[in-house]
Amino acid sequence: MKGNEAIAEAAIRAGCLHFFGYPITPQSEIPEYLSRRLPELGGCYVQSESEVATSHMIYGAAGVGTKVMTSSSSPGISLMAEGISYLAGAELPVVIVNIMRAGPGLGGILPAQSDYAQTTRGMAHGDFRLIALAPASVQEAVDLTILAFDLAEKYRTPVILAGDGVIGQMMEPVVLPEATVGPPLKADDWALTGCVGRKPRKVSSMFLDPDELNAHNFKLKARFAEIARNETRFEAYACDEPLDLLVTSFGISARICRSAVDAARSEGLKVGLFRPITISPFPMDALREIIGRSQRVLDVEMNTGQMLHDVEMAAQGRCPIDFFGRCGGLIPSAEGILEQIRASLAQLPKGGVP
Amino acid sequence: MNKVFSYADALIRKPFHYCPGCTHGTIHRLIAEVIDELGIRERVVGISPVGCAVFILDYLRCDMFQASHGRAPAVATGAKRCRPDLVVFTYQGDGDLAAIGTSEIVHAANRGERITVFFVNNAVYGMTGGQMAPTSVPGQRTTTTPHGRNTETDGYPVNMSEMLAALHTPAYIARVSMHAPKEIIAARHVVKKAFEHQLAGRCFSFVEFLSTCPTNWGMTPVESLRWLEKEMLPYFPLGEIKVPPADDTGGRMP
Repeated sequence: MKGNEAIAEAAIRAGCLHFFGYPITPQSEIPEYLSRRLPELGGCYVQSESEVATSHMIYGAAGVGTKVMTSSSSPGISLMAEGISYLAGAELPVVIVNIMRAGPGLGGILPAQSDYAQTTRGMAHGDFRLIALAPASVQEAVDLTILAFDLAEKYRTPVILAGDGVIGQMMEPVVLPEATVGPPLKADDWALTGCVGRKPRKVSSMFLDPDELNAHNFKLKARFAEIARNETRFEAYACDEPLDLLVTSFGISARICRSAVDAARSEGLKVGLFRPITISPFPMDALREIIGRSQRVLDVEMNTGQMLHDVEMAAQGRCPIDFFGRCGGLIPSAEGILEQIRASLAQLPKGGVP
Repeated sequence: MNKVFSYADALIRKPFHYCPGCTHGTIHRLIAEVIDELGIRERVVGISPVGCAVFILDYLRCDMFQASHGRAPAVATGAKRCRPDLVVFTYQGDGDLAAIGTSEIVHAANRGERITVFFVNNAVYGMTGGQMAPTSVPGQRTTTTPHGRNTETDGYPVNMSEMLAALHTPAYIARVSMHAPKEIIAARHVVKKAFEHQLAGRCFSFVEFLSTCPTNWGMTPVESLRWLEKEMLPYFPLGEIKVPPADDTGGRMP
């Protein structure tokens, strides 16, 4: 299946029968697919007038207790910032897919990982962090879409699926969950369903009392810390032995790095790969442990160096970090990365560990 | 002894925070009384705006959203599409609906969302301190039009009801005023009709209330009622502007 269509079908299998969205390249196959499938299944597809409106439609949908998703690409995600802040403040579970393209501004329509900083540091105004999952294959996009709905419901938070134009557009074989339609959202104790036999409820991000807002923000922070403890996911590939070079990368660029790491290891080079799957919360402790037994780090991204700051935090100055980036729609080749791996290794002191 | 009057069940019994002479409280009460009369309180989900009336959240005894500035029709769309059995309304001011939220209201109306919109037009931004609104009348002095609204630079008041009535889809659009008891009684009938259209499954019902803001207009409550009548009515004519066609196709093309 094509990545975008696989994500759309995975959402249905996770139980999402309601989708609100606006067309934008390179993710338009998601709304196209769901506009056909959801009405067949008794759900709804609504094409909004803008991504601003979309972000508030999913607020309304989640607020009445519905499992809901939207998808967009970088410029559209910026327009959703307002709604995302309200969703985070009001603790509403939604899944937002970002099939990233090259920016800033209109940029280009080709794949990029240009929104790492936006995605992981806070999508909008206010004081909050969100879960963000970065798939490196179409199969993983399916698996993480389903996980995104589970995490959104469990922690009552928006979850971002941070893909890119390659993941969205490429075709790979996938295994989908057997259930054709997953269960509805469990929201009996908080959703606005009409106050039959109970006190009225509110869905709101308004806290005019500073003590209340202070407490609310620290509650969200504590929940994110709990998510970091329970849900942090990463792949450490060929990282068991002490390494001369650790390659760090996420999403599709990590997939390409893996080919380069395999080629380097076949030459007898001691190289491993660390790939965060949850780019937020970032697997800081796991990376720090592996960096502790690596001579040098090479960070590879399809941007000018955004995850690099998290890698630097993990390293705490313990070893040198090189960066190799391509952006604007350029995709690094395995050969290009292998060349960088050799160049980084050439910087190591002769005769091994000093 | 016969009980001839009681507090609306859908209205939470607490003093309004609104300024003396503000008509939000009266409009809240009209909506609450109609909710009671139609027996729909436990099916209602309301959406409060940004601005003075955000606190309708605390005054109505029904499930309530708080929405971002101008986006209530989008929130209502999400809620109603997912739960068509709910009775969904938005309550929005003129800055909210006629400025920052024009896109959301126009497209919700045009899609024919089966929601009811209450639009309170008092020709000024209230909560932020009396700045010019898209519905301020020519010559109206506000904190951002100290010499009066200049139509050369600021244009004329936006007639939202007439604009929305130009669309094919909406079922019901009416403008009422709060400047006299007779008009308030008429407004109550219009509120009821608007909800009834939603209950009958018809597309999009919309009620514009001409309202007062004595504090930001710099007038007494009585002066402000006279000002509304004299200065606003010429720009905002009252009445039902769009009603469902006689064959009652629910606003859809036959």
